[in-house]
Amino acid sequence: MTAAPAGIPRGAAAFAAAFLAASPAFSQEVIDPEATAAVRAHIQGHHGGGALTYVEGERFEYQSNEGDPLFLFDAQGYYGGDFNKLWLKTEGEYDFSADRFEEAEVQALYSRAIGSFWDLQAGVRHDFAPFADRTYGVIGVQGLSSYLFEIDAAAFVSGHGDVTARIEAEYEILLTQRLILQPRAELNFALQDVPAQEIGAGLSAAEAGLRLRYEFRREFAPYVGVSWARSVGDTADFTRAAGEDPSKLSFVAGVRFWF
Amino acid sequence: MISRRRFLNQSAALGATAFAAGFAAPGARAASASGQTTLTGTLFDLMIGRAQVGVDGRTSDAVLVNGSFPAPLLRWREGEEVTINVMNHLDEDTSIHWHGLLLPAGMDGVPGVSFQGIHPLETFTYRFPVKQAGTYWYHSHSGFQEQIGHYGPIIIDPKGADPVHYDREHVIMLGDWVHGSPEKLFRTLKRSSEAFNFQKRTLGDFVADARAAGLGEAISERAMWAGMRMSATDIADVTGAVYAYLVNGHGPGDNWTGLFTPGERVRLRIINASAMTIFNLRIPGLAMTVVQSDGVNVEPVDTDEIQIGVAETYDVIIRPADQAYTLFAETIDRSGFARATLSPKPGMSADIPALRARPVLSMRDMGMTHAGHGAAVAEMDHMSMSHGAPAAAEVRDHPHPAGVSVDMDMTGMDHDAAGMGMDHNSMSHGAHAAEVQAHHHPTGVGVDMIATTPANRLADRGTGLETVDHRVLTYTQLRSLEDNPDRRAPGREIEIHLTGNMSRYMWSFDGVKFSEVREPILFHEGERLRLTLVNDTMMNHPIHLHGMYFDVVTGDYANKPRKHTILVKPGEKMSLDVTADSPGEWAFHCHLMYHMAAGMMQTVRVHAMKGGDRQPADDHEGHGAPPEHSGHGDHQ
Repeated sequence: MTAAPAGIPRGAAAFAAAFLAASPAFSQEVIDPEATAAVRAHIQGHHGGGALTYVEGERFEYQSNEGDPLFLFDAQGYYGGDFNKLWLKTEGEYDFSADRFEEAEVQALYSRAIGSFWDLQAGVRHDFAPFADRTYGVIGVQGLSSYLFEIDAAAFVSGHGDVTARIEAEYEILLTQRLILQPRAELNFALQDVPAQEIGAGLSAAEAGLRLRYEFRREFAPYVGVSWARSVGDTADFTRAAGEDPSKLSFVAGVRFWF
Repeated sequence: MISRRRFLNQSAALGATAFAAGFAAPGARAASASGQTTLTGTLFDLMIGRAQVGVDGRTSDAVLVNGSFPAPLLRWREGEEVTINVMNHLDEDTSIHWHGLLLPAGMDGVPGVSFQGIHPLETFTYRFPVKQAGTYWYHSHSGFQEQIGHYGPIIIDPKGADPVHYDREHVIMLGDWVHGSPEKLFRTLKRSSEAFNFQKRTLGDFVADARAAGLGEAISERAMWAGMRMSATDIADVTGAVYAYLVNGHGPGDNWTGLFTPGERVRLRIINASAMTIFNLRIPGLAMTVVQSDGVNVEPVDTDEIQIGVAETYDVIIRPADQAYTLFAETIDRSGFARATLSPKPGMSADIPALRARPVLSMRDMGMTHAGHGAAVAEMDHMSMSHGAPAAAEVRDHPHPAGVSVDMDMTGMDHDAAGMGMDHNSMSHGAHAAEVQAHHHPTGVGVDMIATTPANRLADRGTGLETVDHRVLTYTQLRSLEDNPDRRAPGREIEIHLTGNMSRYMWSFDGVKFSEVREPILFHEGERLRLTLVNDTMMNHPIHLHGMYFDVVTGDYANKPRKHTILVKPGEKMSLDVTADSPGEWAFHCHLMYHMAAGMMQTVRVHAMKGGDRQPADDHEGHGAPPEHSGHGDHQ
């Protein structure tokens, strides 16, 4: 029996063998019924049962950050079939002047398609900066909302039981077939104060961006834009206390790619 | 004209000498004036091997038959028995499917269905009686080999006189060509289904629409599409951005040329051998008289343009004057074209028309009536939609993972042999009827929309040809030249939905991909049944059933057009009558190669009946009562 490719339920092979070989009349209608049945699951698997890898660098960009320049990376990728995927996400900021990562996190998620346009995702997130070696449980949804907003929303539960959440939304406006304006918004919330991480309860931080990219190929698009980030409420107080401005405006330049 | 380059990258097992000897021996070989290789006779040796092909000056990898692109023309005669030895010199399995031919199921050439496929360095011998006449073709049913050259034409000359009179003929084999790997192309579609669409609607289009129709109308129209998460410009998944389009293996620059003597009746045997491309074909300055489709002669119809779905064939007669003509096959999305020249002398050419503006899909393509506008949009969100949408009166609740089987109400049936006087006429013919469509299939992850009020569109012109100011062929214009061989009324109806999720690039029948299918669609040998297709997607799908013809229910005729492949329009509901006269298991699929690869395939199993249970056609004229089978639709 030919091995079924990933994603093919085992039952298919047994079923194929049974129903092709069952009727003796088939010996005239199928050439070598047993051998035919043996490749059946393999063939069926190649018609909708395949798995693939996807890697997307959503934002790889330089941020001016009001004279304190940063490199920001935001990438994700998956391996899997139409229903079940292993999904990895990573995001962070590297501060050139301080020569260190301001933020860095990696998420490893199991992703399950739950609707025509939505995946349910659950797994773990590990932070390397600013507070090293913190691990969270993650549950979220990712997909395309009505009116074509790309949404990624997740809640994070720390080992101490602190709950935070993040929602990102993106939209695309085609100026031409290749010149595309992308508004982007991100909101961060906390269910409670997390003083150790300088986060206050409620809406803690917001980010809004506008990026203009040119798709030389759909898979490769340099862009320029602006990004505005602001910490809010008690979180802003924490930021001020640390001697930083809670509001930052950046000019950005980077590249978006996928393969 | 750029000369075409062809190299054979043959392994040691396939030396040039052996190669030449291999196909020269059994069948007489002749190269026509147009450079096509023709093999005639009853015994054929075909070798499948890797090669390279040049298209418009660019060379790329191919899988070819006898080193020929397209594969050699096989010329048979009705009534003979042919034997074809197919030798596989690839390092992967291959196969040949004889598209449109009526033959024993084991000879149909679909790996995993009719046989196990042809392994590397093995030879498989096909042998079958040739029961038909007309224009057909053959191609690989393994992997994506068909995309890279593994296809060729078949002409079967009739046993008796040909009702079609012509002085000369040319095969016009349309194709699409990718410089690169078809596997990679498919993966790109899975990752980003609109990656090849460079004809989306932009901000500029919105401003233009707002100026033309008013801002409110423009916003509401855009909001409707965006609300459904659909694209009004999703006409073709793979476009001229990556494809070169071919006539007989020649790109537009290579300009394949067919010669004629002015005043001749020239028969063009047009075959769409593309993997993914539906073409609008016309010859500016020449009318075409359609005389055959899918190998079946039709009453002659004059037309100016034909939308030809993947795998369909049309034979047309033209009467060219003393000048050159461009045969222009524009893709359905107008992103590119294939072109050839028909001329009285070599080296001539005619003007190449400009590509027309790409079409924009409409409400009708969503399977909605205009009346239900707002409400219908709200209903499109499957997350909130109940699966048991209000059932149309005729369609009985009959949950079925592989097609809703609907027993017909025989009491109202017209017993005239040719009569189709059943209650279902309103469904089959009533383009006006806005019934709410029932959906008994899964509508989860793999289904991003359903047609709420699909319409019969057999009389419609093809997508984008609605308003062109010349004649356009429609299915309802086709009439079989001969009466259909089986004129019984169908004894039952099976409804199958064409389903998909564009953004996930999942395609299926009844929401179930072939990889998930557990049961074939069951036919019973000898029965006459009606296959009703509902297109729940916004794309055209060329649907192909192996081994049996569709008698297209264009009306109440004894001479319905017979098709092996039919283009089902977006938002359409239409019916096909089928006689299950060929026991065995048969592939049933969308002939868009990457839709099939994504899951839009099933099999039909024609259950062999023992002598007493059979329904010979002559016993059942006008009755059509199916044998009782407890197994109908019970597939658990």
